[in-house]
Amino acid sequence: MANLSTGDKAIPFELPGVDDGRHALEDYADKEVVAVIFTCNHCPYARAWEDRLVEIQADFAASGVQLVAISANDAKKYPDDSFPRMRERSEEKGFNFPYLYDESQEVARAYGAERTPEIFLFDKGRTLRYHGTVDDSYEDPAAVNVHYLREALEAVIAGKEPSPAETTPVGCTIKWR
Amino acid sequence: MRVSFLYYEDCPSYELALERLREVMDEEGVLGEVEVIKVDTEEQAREFRFVGSPTIRVESQDIDPPGDPRYALTCRAYRLADDRISPLPSKDMIRRAFRSPAKSRPG
Repeated sequence: MANLSTGDKAIPFELPGVDDGRHALEDYADKEVVAVIFTCNHCPYARAWEDRLVEIQADFAASGVQLVAISANDAKKYPDDSFPRMRERSEEKGFNFPYLYDESQEVARAYGAERTPEIFLFDKGRTLRYHGTVDDSYEDPAAVNVHYLREALEAVIAGKEPSPAETTPVGCTIKWR
Repeated sequence: MRVSFLYYEDCPSYELALERLREVMDEEGVLGEVEVIKVDTEEQAREFRFVGSPTIRVESQDIDPPGDPRYALTCRAYRLADDRISPLPSKDMIRRAFRSPAKSRPG
């Protein structure tokens, strides 16, 4: 179960990104909304939703939305989740958001993330407004009935409470050391 | 016909995959039970040559033979006909394995 509940403040972090830069939550202080997304390379659920996250970032960038993807998986057990492989994936899929490596797993543990992907959506004051999954069909983008993340983003941008504010993250478990 | 279904409980779609497998068996008129095997440990993953959940075998042949098999407790990625990645095999993929078990191919 996540350590953060809606209404809680974001937990600061600073992590290396696949662009070779360091990325801290405070770097995005000018953004209206920040979505911290725990994900990884190898998980088929994470992979199934990758293109949709790229589309969401593109569609909401002008509204001041910033997605930040973090992989915390143990790359010794799951070599596809290594930092070099993350860099390859980001290039291959054209990630238009930072992809960060939480090698120590401290950030994932602090957030209480359990699955990949798992979304923590924060408003301008970095208060958690939505936690959960991307939408209701990992298998087929054409079969989505409820676009949870998109709808939560629209609500937060409009200054409203997302409904639902909490969904069950669907995906692989984070691979702890 | 021998049909095996291997799964790892941490991967959330296994029940849906098993339901899909049984639906295809009904549609194709395949008689027999599905041998359901729960894989819990890395040791079992090696023992069962388990490359991820769910894994379906028809007459001991994987319905989507992995190119570079790595045995692990993990969720399995299937590449669908339109090149999308899915945690579940499509019904067509399963159906093809029943129609031509010896020639099962990814797709």
